[in-house]
Amino acid sequence: MACSVELRFEHAGQAAANPHQSGLSAASQQRELIRRHMPPLSEIAAFLRPYTAEPLIAALCAATALLYFRGLSRGEPPGNWAIAGFIVGLGSMYLVTQTRFDYFAQYLFFMHRVQHLVLHHVGPMLIVLANPLPILVRALPERPRHRAQSLWHSAPISVLYKSIQHPAPAGFLFVGLIYFWLIPSIHFDAMLSRFQYNLMNWTMAVDGILFWWLVLNPRAPDGANGSLGYGKRCLLLALVMFPQILIGAYIALSDSAAYGIYEVCGRPWPIQSDTDQTLAGLITWIPASMMSVVGMLIVLSRWQRHERAQNGGPDGTGGRISTVGGRM
Amino acid sequence: MYNRFLAAALLAATITGCQSEEWQTKDISGVMPDLAFSLTGEQGTPVTEKAFAGNATLLFFGFTSCPDVCPTTLARLSTVLDKLPEEERRQVRVLFVSVDPERDDPEHLRKYTEYYGPEFVGLTGTQDELRALTKRYRVTYSYAEPDENGDYAVSHSSAVFGFAPDGRIRVLMRDDDGTEAILADLRRLVNERG
Repeated sequence: MACSVELRFEHAGQAAANPHQSGLSAASQQRELIRRHMPPLSEIAAFLRPYTAEPLIAALCAATALLYFRGLSRGEPPGNWAIAGFIVGLGSMYLVTQTRFDYFAQYLFFMHRVQHLVLHHVGPMLIVLANPLPILVRALPERPRHRAQSLWHSAPISVLYKSIQHPAPAGFLFVGLIYFWLIPSIHFDAMLSRFQYNLMNWTMAVDGILFWWLVLNPRAPDGANGSLGYGKRCLLLALVMFPQILIGAYIALSDSAAYGIYEVCGRPWPIQSDTDQTLAGLITWIPASMMSVVGMLIVLSRWQRHERAQNGGPDGTGGRISTVGGRM
Repeated sequence: MYNRFLAAALLAATITGCQSEEWQTKDISGVMPDLAFSLTGEQGTPVTEKAFAGNATLLFFGFTSCPDVCPTTLARLSTVLDKLPEEERRQVRVLFVSVDPERDDPEHLRKYTEYYGPEFVGLTGTQDELRALTKRYRVTYSYAEPDENGDYAVSHSSAVFGFAPDGRIRVLMRDDDGTEAILADLRRLVNERG
């Protein structure tokens, strides 16, 4: 592949060096160069085509993106970092489910773990850090907005939400879902059945957003809104980290091919099943737990800023923690 | 009166219990679509699932140069078939779909499957047809880089998909399923009436 690209390039280079011999004008040479570099473009197009089209995912992502852009033009836009974070977060969740990426995620264990890292950690975290809710809400026309708000404050929804968003069930759910879908027999069925596969990815994505919203929502913990205290947020992030390290290490270090589904289904390239499983374990272990560390750094920096603001200046008690973490 | 009702209910429960006896290999009824494909047969002519209607059908993906998984699996299925009564055996078809059409032409496939028995049918197709069929059953295949002799390994599914005579998906048989389990399920497939 690389070889053929090089050859083409050389050919184009010769044509450029001898315009009279080849009888090409500069403009047409340029067009010719572009034409010769077209194959990668068609490859990108092939990559962007979903392996299994799920209209619900595509529609939800498109509707959210449209609402967001509509909201941006109505009122004070957030910082560029927040906009970029939202686009990358939402885009990455779409990318791992509705492009060729999904093909690799279905047939390679480690790519499946990357998919869940994005759906459960990276994507939701970026979306939450961008704090898109006010922008999405103001994009809604008045009637649906009121309806959504009254639905949101209705008893069943708010009770359900508050009981899920307690630190204990939230942490349990966050880790529990990772463990549940990695039980070998459950995992086997999920990879065979399109319905269960979708259910798995939806639960990971929705729970990811709920969890990261609980620990990284920008509202200060004091006041009537009842958002979780900074210390508890840090503790929760630390507590969910260890079980993830444990299961990641277990998968990476155990040599038994417990996840036989990838043997049963064939592979997109002939990778050894041991290598695949080790990589899968490492991805569950290291980047996933690093997300907890990043989350903690962000919470700590917010905590410090919050205390400084309360103490009325930079010399307040909060100064003992150095400023680290993003300002997104 | 009440006792008689209870006894009837118990009897009914036992009967239904017997009927919904569990499959010995992996039950995937309803999880995957019915048997459907359009491929090329051993005579080089187009073949679809209609040619196998009324037979218990086993579907397996492989390639004839396969050093391990394919011959082992086909030999095991052949052993199981030998244990079936003649009447049942005639109602079984094993579809060996080669995902290596480059090397496995129809003639080659015919010779290969002949060795395992008359129930074994070789099929292959264009890359598009093979991709469509493997995707339908949520499996895939790929080719390794060829060595200096031009030989290359093929990564493929190791599972055998079992279909009832009406073409509905029933079971997935794996490498580590014993011959007894396969035999039991195969007999059940043959005797299942849509």
